[in-house]
Order: sequence, then structure tokens, then C-alpha cells
Amino acid sequence: MIYALVPTQFTPPGPIDFEYPGIAGTFVTKPMLIIVLGSVAVAWFLWAASRRAAIVPGKLQYTGEALYGFVRNQIAIDSIGREGIKYVPYLATLFFFVAALNISGIIPLVQFPATSRIAIPLFLAIITWAIFNYIGMRRVGVGHYFKAMMFPPGIPKPVYVLLAPIELLSTFFFRPITLCLRLTFNMFAGHLVLLLSILGGEYLLTKTGGVVGYAAGSVSILGGIVLTAFEGFVQLLQAYVFTLLSALYIGGALADEH
Amino acid sequence: MAAPLALRALQAVAEGVEKQPSPLAPKPAEIIVGVVAFALLFFFMRAKVWPNFEKAFRDRAEAIEGGISKAEKAQAEAAALKADFERQLAQSRSDAAQQREAARAEGQQIVEEMRAKAQAEAERIVTAAHEQIASDRAAAAASLRSEIGTLAVQLASRIVGESLEDQARQSRVVDRFLEEIDATAGQAR
Repeated sequence: MIYALVPTQFTPPGPIDFEYPGIAGTFVTKPMLIIVLGSVAVAWFLWAASRRAAIVPGKLQYTGEALYGFVRNQIAIDSIGREGIKYVPYLATLFFFVAALNISGIIPLVQFPATSRIAIPLFLAIITWAIFNYIGMRRVGVGHYFKAMMFPPGIPKPVYVLLAPIELLSTFFFRPITLCLRLTFNMFAGHLVLLLSILGGEYLLTKTGGVVGYAAGSVSILGGIVLTAFEGFVQLLQAYVFTLLSALYIGGALADEH
Repeated sequence: MAAPLALRALQAVAEGVEKQPSPLAPKPAEIIVGVVAFALLFFFMRAKVWPNFEKAFRDRAEAIEGGISKAEKAQAEAAALKADFERQLAQSRSDAAQQREAARAEGQQIVEEMRAKAQAEAERIVTAAHEQIASDRAAAAASLRSEIGTLAVQLASRIVGESLEDQARQSRVVDRFLEEIDATAGQAR
């Protein structure tokens, strides 16, 4: 659109680059395919790794076990305790699902993190929010749950005027929102930065030309490659953070009055 | 010409920015597909994948614990066996020593017995010989005594019968008598 009007101007990538036209109809878009194929890939990989359940594992089984064991021991049990075992199926699925849809951002040819579409972190955050609130309410009852949340003991009475609404907001509203936005915009920004370095470099190399164009373009492309590696790290880290926070919230709801 | 172009570019950028979709607006279709995909993944993993990993962990822990306890049992068995063997060895050693001792004592006893027996036999033989000699002597003396009597009587009667006139006759008589004795002795022999 802008190209048509000002052909010589570089169009910086923006939110428009996260909108994909339908591949077949308007429903089947690239993010949709990534969601489905990512889930299938996760299921296939871990099923293949766990299928034999041998005492002496092969390489594939060892990898699967190491990843599953990481979520099970380092995330679930460490932040919830022994009871955490019960929530491992959810937390492990969550971790692998988010990791796969994050990593899709640096997989060649796919190169789009599906989690940068807010829909996905949104429903995941809502599930986590529903789980930890349900656990807390079931454990001590709805009234007591909110009372424990808003009026933690051992604090001078007047402070509750400030503390109660803050606690309510932070636990009940901000937790799911931050959980959702943190993941979405880490992926969004990461993808945008990659787009900018690669597309900008391409523009400098092909359209600007000259010594300046080639030099700046090369730096930009190389920077894009380095940033891709960095993005891979961030994508795994954000999958870990999302899962860890979910585990911590569940652990908090299970723990005694904080 | 330049001014309108810049204006148009600015306008275009503004339009573009305005037209940019909000990244905060979730697409319902994506939520639906995402929820369905996540739910299917969750149930599949819960049914087919996580239990297998847990089983592998459990089996491994059991295998290791079982291996350790098995090794401990084998070690205890080996130690018991070794103690048993040592006990048996000591037993058989002391048995052998005892038997050797017994055999030696027995041998000595046998030798003593044999010696005593031989001595007794020797003494018996000597005694029997002494007795024999004594009885032979007694028999000889008895027979001698009776013969001497007879002979003396015969000699005396001869001497008396022949008259004891001279020495020559006397000695002839004695000589004849002794010759007769010799002759009878030679006949008797």
C-alpha cells in the first residue's frame, strides 16, 4: 500500500506483519497452521521419546526424559513441593506447547512465533488463572480465600486500606494480564527486531547500495543472525518463565496463608 | 513537486499507522484453535506420554535399588559361605591333628604292648628252660642214684665173691666191672 505510493521509501515492519492472509479460506492462516503443527510436533516427539520407557534410555528417550524431568523436578516440585506432582501434566504440556510455539519464530521457513498472537498467551493465562483460583477457593472456601489474599495477617489495621485493593488487583487481575502480556510482547518484539534487521539489511543491500548501503546492510544482516540465536534463547526462557510463574501461582494457592 | 511528495508520504505513513491492526486484539478463531489444540495435546500427553516417563523413572529407581539390595544379599551370602568354609577348614585341621595324635599314641601303645609281650614270652621261655633243666637233673640224679646202688651192690658182691687177696686181682675185678658197665651202657645206647 505504502510501496505503491512511495516506492523508494523503506517501510518499517509493524503490527501489520503479524497479520497473515488466509492460505485456504480466511480461517487457515500461518499462525493457525503453526499452532496445529507445533502441537502435533510436540506430541509426536515426546510420544516417540517415551514410547519404549526403557530402563536404559536411548538418546531420544534421554532427551525427552531430561526435558520432562526438568519441568517435573525443577519447576513443579521445586516451586509447589511434593503436591506439585499432581500439576505436572498441565505444567509440562504448558511448557512444551509454549516452547514449540515460541521456537517456531526461528525455525527456518516457519519463522513466526505463534505466541506473538495474543490469543494464545491469553487463553493459557486464563487457564492458569482459573486453576490457581479454583485450587485456592476449594481449599479454604471463597470468602476465606479472598480474605487471606486481601488481608494478610500481621499488618497494622490502617495499612489494609491501601494493601487490600493492591493485593486484590495484583493477585486476581494483574497476574493473568502480566502473564499474557509478558509472553506475547516478548515474542512480538523479538520477531519485530528480527524483521527489522533482516528486512532493513535487505533494503540497504538491494535498494540503497553504495559503500554505505553494503556496509550497513551487511552489519544489519549479521546482526539479524546473531539476534536470531538470541531470540532462540529468549523463546525458551519465556516458555520457562510462563511455566514457572504458573507453578508459583498454583503453589501459592496451595500454601498456607502467606 | 518535492513538497507534495513529502506530504503524500507523510499522509501515507499516517494512514498506514492508522490502518495497523492492534496486537492486543485477540482473534477468536485463534483462541478456538489454540484451546482445542492445547486440550487435545494435554489429554494425549496425560494418557500416552507422561505415564511412560514416570514409569521409566520408577523402573529405573527400582532397578537401582533392587540391584543394590541384590548385591548386598550376594555379598552377605558370600561372607557367610566364606565363614562356613573357614570354620570347616579349621575343623578339619584340628580333626587331622587330633587323629595324628591319636595314631601316634596308639602306635606307641602297640609298641609297648608288643615289648611287654615279648619280654613276658622270653621270661616264660627262660623259666620253662630252667624248669626243664631242673627236672632233667632231678631225673638224672634219681636214675643215677638207683643205678649206682645196683652197681655198687654188684661190685661189692663180685669183690666179695672173688676174694680180695691181692691188689692185682682187685684191680682186674674193678676193670672188668667197669668194662661191663661200658658194655651195658653201649648196649643200652
